[in-house]
Amino acid sequence: MALAAKWKNMRASTRKKLLMLGGMLVVFAILQLLLSLDLLSNQIQSWLVPCCYNIILAVSLNLTVGILGELSLGHAGFMCVGAFVGAFVSKYFDTVNPDLSAWIRLPLALVLGGIVAGLFGLIVGVPVLRLNGDYLAIVTLAFGEIIWNLFNVTRVSLDNGSFRVGVGGTGLSNLSADAVPLVDGSLGITSVPRLGKGGFAIAFVLAFLTVLLVMNLIHSRTGRAIKAIRDNRIAAESIGINITKYKLIALVVSAFLAGIAGVLYAHNAGQAVATQADYGYVMSINILVFVVLGGMGSTLGSMIAAVVLTILPEWLRFLSDYRMLIYAVVLIGMMLVNGSPAIKAVVDRGRQVVKQKIKNLFIRQPKKEA
Amino acid sequence: MALLDVQNLSIRFGGLQAVDQFHIAVEQGQLYGLIGPNGAGKTTVFNMLTGVYKPTSGTILLDGVDITGKNNVQISKMGIARTFQNIRLFNEMSVLDNVKVGLHNQVKCGLFTNILRLPGDYKTEKKMNEKAMQLLEVFGLQDDVKLRARNLPYGKQRKLEIARALATNPRLLLLDEPAAGMNPNETAELMQTIRLIRERFQMTILLIEHDMRLVSGICERLTVLNFGSVLCEGETSAVLRDPEVVKAYLGE
Ligand SMILES: Nc1ncnc2c1ncn2[C@@H]1O[C@H](COP(=O)(O)OP(=O)(O)OP(=O)(O)O)[C@@H](O)[C@H]1O
Ligand SMILES: [Mg+2]
Repeated sequence: MALAAKWKNMRASTRKKLLMLGGMLVVFAILQLLLSLDLLSNQIQSWLVPCCYNIILAVSLNLTVGILGELSLGHAGFMCVGAFVGAFVSKYFDTVNPDLSAWIRLPLALVLGGIVAGLFGLIVGVPVLRLNGDYLAIVTLAFGEIIWNLFNVTRVSLDNGSFRVGVGGTGLSNLSADAVPLVDGSLGITSVPRLGKGGFAIAFVLAFLTVLLVMNLIHSRTGRAIKAIRDNRIAAESIGINITKYKLIALVVSAFLAGIAGVLYAHNAGQAVATQADYGYVMSINILVFVVLGGMGSTLGSMIAAVVLTILPEWLRFLSDYRMLIYAVVLIGMMLVNGSPAIKAVVDRGRQVVKQKIKNLFIRQPKKEA
Repeated sequence: MALLDVQNLSIRFGGLQAVDQFHIAVEQGQLYGLIGPNGAGKTTVFNMLTGVYKPTSGTILLDGVDITGKNNVQISKMGIARTFQNIRLFNEMSVLDNVKVGLHNQVKCGLFTNILRLPGDYKTEKKMNEKAMQLLEVFGLQDDVKLRARNLPYGKQRKLEIARALATNPRLLLLDEPAAGMNPNETAELMQTIRLIRERFQMTILLIEHDMRLVSGICERLTVLNFGSVLCEGETSAVLRDPEVVKAYLGE
């Protein structure tokens, strides 16, 4: 009873958040159960971690695009930074101290990957976000392309306990015989320790925390300032909101989370190889598609779109040539459903009816007085 | 000493001298009107007072402190709040959130407190909710708190904008044509509201308005602007009888 009262007194946003997180937990519990009973095919198992990092990517990009209202075309660039930093940390510790527990190595990789990606967010954001206008799109696009190309030519070797760093060329000269290459140009970082058996659980916890923290942010003093800038910059300034500061906060948090997703990505693949397909603008656009189809600004929508669009293209593989055709039709369909006021109205009405029905189940209607 | 003391304020946009040698002195607690024909430069004066435009020359003193050339964020923190001629609400946010954004600088609570929902977050949130509800009640908006600002009827949008401005706890409130687009009933109600906020919050108000019934009904003093310069100033009734003013408004 006290719980019900508490539920009623909560902020609506808090209720929504708890429902979403509860839903995530239920889905996770079911999948984990099926996993432990060995009821999931290998194919489905291989989707679990990608769903999680794509949720992180979508929810974090939504912060920049949907909440701050700035277009970013380089989200995969921040992911790339996280992937390489994280893979590097893991590979390094795995090389110098293979006995180090994954419980120390992985969190370290995640935190460092996130922080360095966040720093890149700051570096990109400081000059751009002072300007008013759509400059962020073009700068993040360039950043994303530059960063993966840069990693593509970077070489780092561990030679007798010291790092040797080089860029481009065929390799580093004068290395001793027992030098270990950590980052090897276009071959990237290979044999990164994988997530292993508990991978899905780890990835889920990170996706869960991302949703929790981002929802907390959106529905807070800081989040309101960010949304105010999106809705009307001039009015936001007139009530004393520091525009640059709050734009930067949104971008840096978004980049930090993309970095975390990158660390996951690299550890799931067991490697970090800087390619256009993994970290170039096509990937950035893919993430943007999650956000746009999820209905800009909606965390739940971004999440669902990320999951659907991770699974769908894989699941449709059996259709071979028709796969992309159907994928395109689904994209257009989702766009229509999201955009059309008529369909929105129908969905809203349906939601009201269902809500009322559920309410009626639990709350006995007071008898009408005669 | 006047709360707002402006001297020789001028601004040029390219070849256009939009405001020329403007001056005004608004006393603490006064309800002051700024009137003039379309394009006279009234909104431009507001934009200079709030730091949106940097004046080409002149000084603006707020309570004796020189605020000329400060930016709009600094000026908001120093105590000037405004509304806009074409309403500028945070359209996709709720009515309540619009006012809570206005309270932004009245509370202290940073990013990490917000993200981690530390105890400070709950405390400031509660405080903001209470303050915002108090303000919304003054304007009769307490039943619309959950609506998106864009879905409010026009008259209520105007009120919400005033409530949001008041949330910044200003010393001087600037209203740019608050009655624009309102019917006579709404205007009459708005006059009541403006009187009420002056008494409730001991607010000093400078307003731009074309509706002469509102101006003569509530303003104590007027300054008339014409082609960027001050045409005349003084007690409301005297100014409105001035033949120069009548001529500026009605033409020869
Ligand atoms: N940023 C700007 N750049 C160039 N000209 C401007 C700018 N802002 C205003 N003006 C010009 O300055 C003059 C005064 O405009 P302003 O908006 O202050 O008039 P107003 O008195 O508020 O008129 P109204 O009653 O129609 O609102 C106009 O001629 C306008 O075109
Ligand atoms: Mg104007």
